[in-house]
Amino acid sequence: MTLAEIDRAPNEVSSERARGRGGGGPAPKRIVVAYGFWIFILSDMVMFSALFAAYAVMLGNTAGGPTGAELFNIRSAFIETMCLLLSSYTCGLGALSAERRDPARFLIFAACTFALGAAFLFIEVTEFAGMVEKGAGPSRSGYLSAFFTLVGTHGIHVASGLIALVYLVAQVIAKGLQAAVLRRLLCWSLFWHALDIVWIGVFTLVYLWAT
Amino acid sequence: MDGPEHVFDDRTPGVGEHEPTATYLSYTVGLGLAILATIASFVVSQTDWLWSPGIPVGLIVLAFAQIGVHLVFFLHLGSGPDSTNNVLALAFGVLIVFLVITGSVWIIANLNSNMMPMSP
Repeated sequence: MTLAEIDRAPNEVSSERARGRGGGGPAPKRIVVAYGFWIFILSDMVMFSALFAAYAVMLGNTAGGPTGAELFNIRSAFIETMCLLLSSYTCGLGALSAERRDPARFLIFAACTFALGAAFLFIEVTEFAGMVEKGAGPSRSGYLSAFFTLVGTHGIHVASGLIALVYLVAQVIAKGLQAAVLRRLLCWSLFWHALDIVWIGVFTLVYLWAT
Repeated sequence: MDGPEHVFDDRTPGVGEHEPTATYLSYTVGLGLAILATIASFVVSQTDWLWSPGIPVGLIVLAFAQIGVHLVFFLHLGSGPDSTNNVLALAFGVLIVFLVITGSVWIIANLNSNMMPMSP
């Protein structure tokens, strides 16, 4: 062992072996793609933060209309939360099965993810329809406008995630688990986990705060 | 060089091919912790086990704990040299989110308290 090696901190990695820090050339495509998608997800979070801020500001502006405590059903919010959490779990297991080149397992987990995500969306749409029927639609008060914008934007994200999942499963069936498909799957699983993280904010700030 | 010839690529958020941390078990541990945090926050909001002015604080703490669980167990963000870039990007995102939310709430609350009183 040379003096220079003894000098180095035990966990430090030399620059020629840590390619992400500029040594050894550019990072592989998979890393670059996923990092770019990570930046997109963070910008999506920034957009959601604006909607959360609008909701927090509008919290008291019910204009004589119904408040959240009168409208929300805490049990269906809990079921929605569990659906999304479990679908995030099966999505992770599906991504792992795809990494391990196990298409049969991937398809099973993808089907579970789709079913749980669709159940979430179904409960949410039913809830929205019930609120509109009671005369508590987005035009009733500033508070309800903010509520429908925030929760609805999350719902639209979930719906587009489900459409993208169908598209990806079709790709896996048609092309197999090749590198390009695996990259798309990785990005999709990042997106799905990120939606679950946004939902933590929604159920805490919207549903639990109100009751 | 005597050490193992292991190249430390940047790690992607999410699953990685050579990743020792991503196993079926780690996802299951993450799911268990996340379910615990979820149930705890629903219980805290629906019962009076917590001193009532402390409930919002409890909910915020539980939400942050669950977000942390998701980041570590589902997105595999770690403290290793291979995920430095991901964590730095996340830190910037968290800064912007914090500025947008607290800034908006603060400014609007200030404007609201300076409004002329409206006669009903």
